[in-house]
Amino acid sequence: MKRWAPYWLALPGWMWLGIFLVVPIVAMASVSLQTGNLLDGFVQTFSVSNYTDAIGKYSTQLVRSLVYGGVATVIMLLLGYPVAYWIAFKAGSRKSMYLFLLLLPFFVSFVLRTISWGFLLADDGILFGTLKGWGLLPENFHVLATTVAVIGGLVYNFLPFMILPIYVALERVDPRVIEAAYDLYASRFDAFRRVVLPLSLPGVFAGVLMTFVPATADPVNAAVLGGTGNTMIGNIIQTEYLVNSNYPTASALSFTLMAVLLVGIFIYARALGTENVLEAAAR
Amino acid sequence: MTEAIPAIELDGVVKEYLSHGETVQAVKGVSLGIGEGEFFSLLGPSGCGKTTTMRMIAGFEEPTKGVVRLHGQDVTDVPPNKRDINMVFQSYALFPHMNVWENVAFGLRRRKVAEAEIKQRVGEILEIVDLTGREKRRPREMSGGQQQRVALARALVNRPRALLLDEPLGALDLKLRQLMQIELKRIQREVGITFVYVTHDQNEALTMSDRIAVMNDGLVEQLANPREIYERPATKFVAGFIGTSNLLSGTVESVSGSAAVVRLGAEDRILISSQATAGETVDLTVRPEKITISTEQPEGELSVVRGTVNEVVYLGTYNSYAVGLADGAEIMVFQQNANDSSVTAERGDTVWLSWQPQHSYAL
Repeated sequence: MKRWAPYWLALPGWMWLGIFLVVPIVAMASVSLQTGNLLDGFVQTFSVSNYTDAIGKYSTQLVRSLVYGGVATVIMLLLGYPVAYWIAFKAGSRKSMYLFLLLLPFFVSFVLRTISWGFLLADDGILFGTLKGWGLLPENFHVLATTVAVIGGLVYNFLPFMILPIYVALERVDPRVIEAAYDLYASRFDAFRRVVLPLSLPGVFAGVLMTFVPATADPVNAAVLGGTGNTMIGNIIQTEYLVNSNYPTASALSFTLMAVLLVGIFIYARALGTENVLEAAAR
Repeated sequence: MTEAIPAIELDGVVKEYLSHGETVQAVKGVSLGIGEGEFFSLLGPSGCGKTTTMRMIAGFEEPTKGVVRLHGQDVTDVPPNKRDINMVFQSYALFPHMNVWENVAFGLRRRKVAEAEIKQRVGEILEIVDLTGREKRRPREMSGGQQQRVALARALVNRPRALLLDEPLGALDLKLRQLMQIELKRIQREVGITFVYVTHDQNEALTMSDRIAVMNDGLVEQLANPREIYERPATKFVAGFIGTSNLLSGTVESVSGSAAVVRLGAEDRILISSQATAGETVDLTVRPEKITISTEQPEGELSVVRGTVNEVVYLGTYNSYAVGLADGAEIMVFQQNANDSSVTAERGDTVWLSWQPQHSYAL
């Protein structure tokens, strides 16, 4: 039957997701409830001590990750919104070129980009080395291996994911609706706050999700730019899994992170849900 | 009568755009005055500059040259949010995230009107546009006609000194459009505000307006009341754009006083009451419904031309004839079906067309 065609065609995609997403998650859930070590083997004990131990031991890194991810997201929003606005309303016929420029960095590997940031920010690198040479910066000035470097790296790497959804939302705003606001005595600020901003909120919402989640879980920026004092939860999971072969702890941490992010997103959606914000803007 | 200050006045207004490195004049110098409480239409084909002219009145476009005055005050540099004028947009441009009430209250809230007064005024205007009880609806949950009335209420609630309407009925179907024309006229009488109506629909303009400015290619071709625009189009363009017109050209044969005789073919004779000199070639116009069609040569002081019927179309309230003249021109004739639907002539018949001298004149 023809009307079943869409279902059949969608099936491989669903199976792909089912097999390669759900199965590993179930496996990981099972591992997170095992006890043992690599030499003696792991036994399914359904003990939650993996979770309590891991959270107790790594709460600093967990909180740090959320803070770094959160701060980076706020910075991305502040930097990205104006860029999205500018492309949507002011870039004219060059829109697609600017969008392409935005995506250009993705043609280079994420890790390589981060490492080159490391070069850029090195104490005696091209930027600071030169500035120090001219005496414009004190000799002991450094950015690498600081919180600033990690958050900066996160912002740099994920910024396009904030800009694009906001741009898409702004692009859909009918310019005549904005003119209608001016016509009805709204100042520029009022027109933005009452009309443009509320109508772009779905984009802001998507942008925040698409940046906060990966930024919080990201291990690369902290590893390359952060030094020892800025370890994030992603680094811990990596180390536990790949170096310590402590699979249960790594799995438990992964699930904890996932749960925290999901709860966070849920609260965010409820508190700042588009409906609520739109109601407020309509006043 | 003393000369009253016009509600809206355009003085030598020009608007130029830069398009692909070239300067394009959308409006080439428009001067006109719109009276207080008048229903004024800007009528013309798309690209004639009527929308640009309206946007300059609203303040969305700044004139390249010229002055815009509202009630005698120069507002050329005043932004739209500081002008005491509101606009009904072509696609309504309602705020999609607000319900009807919030849409209508938007302007009053920006003007910091007290909540109690907002409540009263919004309630009143929603009653005028017949939307009471639909305050909580979102625009997308409403029909085109309802959205149109929300747009109207949203503008009128502010009691502007003039209302600009940019093809407000364009998105509606014919039935609803005719209904809304009457509705608009009623509302305008009720609130007594100056309406400036932009449209490309001549019927709309003729039905509703007190005066019409017919625009073409960035200029006003004629500014007059609907009757005059229809009966005495000032230019070839107006004659062709408003209704159906027959454009003829012939040679002036003789002149006596202020009347002239124009000859097309050997048996054709058109009487016009314009200044003309013998031997001159003139363009003249006559409306299809002014012409009488007959199979015998008519008597009397009439304009008469002879031709052959090329086509007869029965159109319900009238018959339409296409009559070919000797010189190749074709004349449209509308014959009212007043008594019976039988036609005077059939395809291929030779007929005489006649009309009163005052119905044709040189352009």
